[in-house]
Amino acid sequence: MNLSDKSNKDSVETIASTIFLILGVINIGFVLLICVYLIIAGLPAIVKIGPIDFLFGTKWASTAADPKFGILPFILTSIYGTAGAIIIGLPLGFFSAVYLAKIASKKVRYVVEPLIDLLAGIPSVVYGFIGMLVLVPSIRTLFGLPDGASLFAAIIVLAVMILPSIIKVSITALEAVPQEYELGSLALGANEIETYYRVIVPAAKSGIAAAVVLGVGRAIGEAMAVMMVAGNAANMPSLFESVRFLTTAVASEMSYSSGLQREALFSIALVLFVFIMMINATLNVLLKRGGVKRK
Amino acid sequence: METIFDVENFNLWYGDNHALHNINMKIEKNAITALIGPSGCGKSTFIKTLNRMNDLIPSVKLSGSIRYRGQEIVNSDINVYNLRKEVGMVFQKPNPFPMSVYDNIAYGPRTHGIKNKSQLNDIVEKSLRDAAIFDELKDRLKDSALGLSGGQQQRLCIARALAVKPDVLLMDEPTSALDPISTSKIEELVLDLKKEYSIVIVTHNMQQAVRISDYTAFFLLGDLVEFDKTDKIFSKPSDKRTEDYITGRFG
Repeated sequence: MNLSDKSNKDSVETIASTIFLILGVINIGFVLLICVYLIIAGLPAIVKIGPIDFLFGTKWASTAADPKFGILPFILTSIYGTAGAIIIGLPLGFFSAVYLAKIASKKVRYVVEPLIDLLAGIPSVVYGFIGMLVLVPSIRTLFGLPDGASLFAAIIVLAVMILPSIIKVSITALEAVPQEYELGSLALGANEIETYYRVIVPAAKSGIAAAVVLGVGRAIGEAMAVMMVAGNAANMPSLFESVRFLTTAVASEMSYSSGLQREALFSIALVLFVFIMMINATLNVLLKRGGVKRK
Repeated sequence: METIFDVENFNLWYGDNHALHNINMKIEKNAITALIGPSGCGKSTFIKTLNRMNDLIPSVKLSGSIRYRGQEIVNSDINVYNLRKEVGMVFQKPNPFPMSVYDNIAYGPRTHGIKNKSQLNDIVEKSLRDAAIFDELKDRLKDSALGLSGGQQQRLCIARALAVKPDVLLMDEPTSALDPISTSKIEELVLDLKKEYSIVIVTHNMQQAVRISDYTAFFLLGDLVEFDKTDKIFSKPSDKRTEDYITGRFG
């Protein structure tokens, strides 16, 4: 056999690697395209309005005779809404994850885990719909408000929406903790609960942090469900007032916008994009740090 | 001579697999008892029953009797956390927690309710001294235990076990993952610990059993073939199978 003849191997490998290369490039191309387009479309309005007035202006009146384009209400609403969703969703999701990963019997897990997957698969418009029909009226009655559509309603809906990702990622993190730690703790006479909270959870903390960041990413990017329950008025955020998020600010005006208003909406999308990029960067750092620790 | 574990007609099943058959032995206080035998003979399984770590395996069934200081621990409703506090365990692979050296040692005492800082400091120092590793680690108490060498990690794990003031130390092949120098340090340590603790050690290494143990139990395919003074087992074994094993004919 002629060992220097590489023709058969060459042709297959070249074709395969070319196909993979093209597919990879298409993917990166989409990301770059969105990125570049957002910057080109978003920057001019920021320059025209002035970065300070745009980012820190407290009044948004895009269709008034003397239009104002301050997006601070949207930025703060997005931050508060996301933070609130994490404050409610994290303990709920985290304790569920500890229960499912460590305490629950196989049968319980067998039933509950697919349900959590299902929760993740429900379209956001359905969350919004349930929120609108059930949550908003309940909040109105419960707190005696003129209208239940509020930041509070949005926080509750977002908290439920981020539960699946927090639970799933936390379970993975808890299960990645070597079993030797658990045995070591039990052999010292610690009980199971002490073992979970004093050894396993600290050992899984970078993974759990990743779960939080993932939840933040989901919550801050959610538009449809939030639009249906938050009331959508461009107020500075307050728990029981109608508010508008960064996402809903873009979505609600885009269809009828024009001129500077339209450009400003692109700028809002750019701001949101920057937020998401920062969250993703944090996530990558956390995941990498977790990987190093378990070396 | 005082007995610390009295094992009578003890049987263990993994599901349908009858893994230990009718074990009878008296383990002596303040002595080192070595459990030897080929892989899969049941010696590691047996040592786990002495502090009920076998509870963690759902399909295990037990019969017969093991009395620790006169108290029945087989199928009985004892407080296993108290049992494990008194019967400590060191594992084959060093398993320090991913926290500082200090916190590793203080973990057990804290679990059992000691919060006083100076008391904890004393326990940490004494445990590290007893495990003959204080001088090596005294400047590294705040460093992560995961940064220590394998031998240091294993001695740290021994110190961690000593910190809850056990009566018995169970050691499941504690040196099989270590280099020869670390191994001899651990062997010296174990010999030293005999004064205060009763030690049961599983080992693959017959020289190790000869070097450190007072009594040796030879397990084969779930049977306790022979249990006697170590000198006797390795010079005049009474069972042919023991002789074949220690002379290297199988295993």
